[in-house]
Amino acid sequence: MFELSSDHEDFRQAVRDFAEQEVAPHVAQWDRDSYFPSELVPKMGEMGLFGIVVPEEYGGTREEGAFTYLCLAIEELGRVDQSIGITLSAGVGLGINPILTFGDHAQKERFLPDLVAGRALAGFGLTEPEAGSDAGATKTRARLEGDQWVVDGAKAFITNSGTDITSVVTVTARTGQREDGRPEISAIMIPAGTPGFTVEPPYRKLGWHISDTHGLTFENCRVPEENLLGARGHGFRQFLATLDDGRIAIAALAVGMAQAMLEQSTEYAKTRIAFGRPIGVNQGVSFPIADLAVSVEAARLLTYKAAWLKDELEAGRRTSAEVKNAAAMAKLYATEAAVSATRTAAQVFGGNGFMEEYPIARFYRDAKILEVGEGTSEVQRMLIGRGLGLPS
Amino acid sequence: MNIVVCVKHVPDAQSDRTFDAADNTTEREAVDGLLSELDEYAVEEALKIKEAAGDDTTVTILTMGPAKAADAVKKSLQMGADAGVHVSDDALAGSDSIATSLVLAKAVEKIGGVDLVLTGMASTDGTMSVVPAMLAERLGLPQVTFASELTLDGSTVTIRRDGDVATEVVRASLPAVVSVTDQINEPRYPSFKGIMAAKKKPVQTFSLADLGVDASEVGLDAAWTKVTQITQRPPRQQGLVVTDDGNGGAVLAQFLTMQKFV
Ligand SMILES: Cc1cc2nc3c(=O)[nH]c(=O)nc-3n(C[C@H](O)[C@H](O)[C@H](O)COP(=O)(O)OP(=O)(O)OC[C@H]3O[C@@H](n4cnc5c(N)ncnc54)[C@H](O)[C@@H]3O)c2cc1C
Repeated sequence: MFELSSDHEDFRQAVRDFAEQEVAPHVAQWDRDSYFPSELVPKMGEMGLFGIVVPEEYGGTREEGAFTYLCLAIEELGRVDQSIGITLSAGVGLGINPILTFGDHAQKERFLPDLVAGRALAGFGLTEPEAGSDAGATKTRARLEGDQWVVDGAKAFITNSGTDITSVVTVTARTGQREDGRPEISAIMIPAGTPGFTVEPPYRKLGWHISDTHGLTFENCRVPEENLLGARGHGFRQFLATLDDGRIAIAALAVGMAQAMLEQSTEYAKTRIAFGRPIGVNQGVSFPIADLAVSVEAARLLTYKAAWLKDELEAGRRTSAEVKNAAAMAKLYATEAAVSATRTAAQVFGGNGFMEEYPIARFYRDAKILEVGEGTSEVQRMLIGRGLGLPS
Repeated sequence: MNIVVCVKHVPDAQSDRTFDAADNTTEREAVDGLLSELDEYAVEEALKIKEAAGDDTTVTILTMGPAKAADAVKKSLQMGADAGVHVSDDALAGSDSIATSLVLAKAVEKIGGVDLVLTGMASTDGTMSVVPAMLAERLGLPQVTFASELTLDGSTVTIRRDGDVATEVVRASLPAVVSVTDQINEPRYPSFKGIMAAKKKPVQTFSLADLGVDASEVGLDAAWTKVTQITQRPPRQQGLVVTDDGNGGAVLAQFLTMQKFV
């Protein structure tokens, strides 16, 4: 009951080997240079990482229980580097998923095979400079002129939106007003290179230096009418529907980070000598590591329970309310555990924990965003509270 | 075309590798093992041949080893090979390369209709590199070893062998036994699809009796060589740091002469 199958473990091992051989040797340099390694993406594609949840007709290998496998891949990449982990997580969750879930056959045929193969990446632009947690406050507008959508507005912090292999960014935009007076929000696919679509220079970030993040601006940006993704007026609701997956995926990314901190702290505490003995003999060092081990275990159980529920939902055996609640709990707990894990590890490493020579510093910088992206910790608590029936 | 790739399950070089105290053989049960990394190149080369040739090429993985060695077959199947053959028998424990080549040769004959036998250039535990040559000899096939490039042309195989002083191009008629180096390709990682497909692929297990090999011909007692004593490598000495006060070169030369390096 509390064990993954040997297929899961074989797959975990394959991704771990990949991460240790193809990512680990370069990651310090990439981080220093804020370099996005687009050459790595097709290699991830060859391993099938982008296609795990995609049906065979679009180049994937979807089968029952697929989402749990995706989470394993994100965890294992995240154990070596968080930016590479988020590249997969966002590539699938924000890039592929909306097209797969809401696209028509022609849209899927056009974009999915390249995305699955890792020849291309896609982004999803929901957040705006003035609409984050309150994503419904979207100001970006799109109006239908003849058979074209004309998009004007700006998006902020969009992952995978400006790499040299980005093929398309789906954005939410106001397309009118609903009968109840609230804005009608739709999702529109903007292919890279469309005139009027500007990818702003990369942000200077605290962490996730290897991950690609840009602001986007749209000025009189015209795309064909058929670039509408899903039904008109459903853009916001559609996006919310894919968020639960994204939250579980971020929880898996956080588990990878906490696991890395546990392994590295344990090793260091055994080998670093102070006062003639390994520092791990001191309870002041070993107790926080013991607590860290407990939090890794708890985070992993919450995360894979949520992933399992998501797979069960796909198979029609669970409700989306159960998944929503489990996803919020897993995301909240695992990301906070990961942030706290980096603090513990940095303390165990002493001065070395502050030096970029050791990976601890990179993980420490990368941790904070976990509590913010795909819904802040406060938003997760709001959702959990709502699930409990607390007044909102 | 039928390709057989001989692979070995070896102790993981990352873990603490030890010898069995009773008979000085490599400890295989208590440590983590994996498909010898040098054999991954042979598997990859076979898969590349298969992909270039189309569907009527089959790649069969052959291993001899204890129960755990099945993992080496499984990894090769996950990479994309079609079928596995695992020779396992208690009597095989402690076999030397002469016995190993005998068993592998019998297994290749039993598989039958083999056009090409591929192996790695050495195992990462024994590192003797002799099994491919012995295997070819026992099968009566041409042996072309240490291939860093391989091309097939109907009835022949041509390889490039990069030596210390020259690069040779060697051609042999098929069937043949070819060992490949770690320069020949970049082995793939098992893909998600490969891992899920592997469990449905056939793996046959043969005992010595199945191959018609007598237990007295193999195992520790039949080995032509015996490890009589094992001594732990002494811990590394502290290195010598030479500060260059203008005579650094002379001090270095003196050090190298004293250590008999020059
Ligand atoms: C590196 C990076 C990558 C990103 N990638 C993407 C992407 O690919 N696509 C995309 O659309 N977005 C992306 N985002 C945006 C991210 O999802 C938002 O930053 C996040 O949702 C928070 O929104 P905000 O920044 O506007 O903060 P705000 O919503 O302004 O929140 C500020 C603070 O107020 C709190 N708060 C707000 N409302 C409430 C409330 N009602 N009750 C209690 N507390 C509240 C928040 O929890 C937070 O602590 C990315 C962000 C970053 C940093």
